Amino acid sequence: MIIDWAHFTPLTSLGGGALIGLAAAILFISSRRIAGISGIFGEVLSGTRDGMGWRLAFLAGLLAAPWVVPGLAEGTGTARFGVSLPVLFIAGLLTGYGTRIARGCTSGHGVCGLSRLSPRSLVAVLCFMASGMVTVTVLRLLTGEAP
Amino acid sequence: MSRLVVWLVPLVAGLLFGIGLMLSGMVEPAKVQAFLDVGGHWDPSLALVMGGAIAVALPVLQLARRRHPPAPHGPVEGRLIIGSVLFGLGWGLSGYCPGPALVAVSGGSGEALAYVVAMGLGMMAGNRFGARELRRI
Repeated sequence: MIIDWAHFTPLTSLGGGALIGLAAAILFISSRRIAGISGIFGEVLSGTRDGMGWRLAFLAGLLAAPWVVPGLAEGTGTARFGVSLPVLFIAGLLTGYGTRIARGCTSGHGVCGLSRLSPRSLVAVLCFMASGMVTVTVLRLLTGEAP
Repeated sequence: MSRLVVWLVPLVAGLLFGIGLMLSGMVEPAKVQAFLDVGGHWDPSLALVMGGAIAVALPVLQLARRRHPPAPHGPVEGRLIIGSVLFGLGWGLSGYCPGPALVAVSGGSGEALAYVVAMGLGMMAGNRFGARELRRI
């Protein structure tokens, strides 16, 4: 392991994380809702009328972010190990299906679930972290880039 | 007041969430893959995102739980593990997870749009089948 100090951003990452935690806390205190993006987006797609209002409001706020604070969302399209559009599409399918049957993603299980001290969420986080690390390692080996 | 809570609070929460994702670097696929690349040039920044988020959310959620009876934690099922492994695969391949991908689409990224369209299709598939069958594992 070589730590990439040149790209290490402790202050903005910690600060951004705190904002994410604040958003989750606000949503939970006001209405006992869990700020899980895959759950919110997935329920909207399922067409459930119940709870549609707050979910659409949350998504509107999320989508407004790059317009309200422009210039912060740079580097949104370039990956370290770039994959073709069809592979990106497959990645999306896996994410969508996986997060729905696991009932959560990085936000729902990672932030909210761990903050609720949920054993299920801990298992989910360990699984997607391990799976993500193996995937990126294989990608690096396949693309032949030196570590 | 109730209208305010129903619409304005989630709107503000979504906005703060999105700004947090952008500030933290979660919307940059290169940074996400650098965080997952523990055997290569590892960028540990994104561990601090989860750390910062939990540092704020955990005390609040625990305090709220004390005032109201907490929802019981469900069992660990096959679908939780299988789903999370599949999600990790998609996360590593693309460098996107659901929240940052939506923000990136709104910011104009075509790559993120391809991912989000597929994610929506995957979610609709997950809404329809798999969840009940995999629960039994």
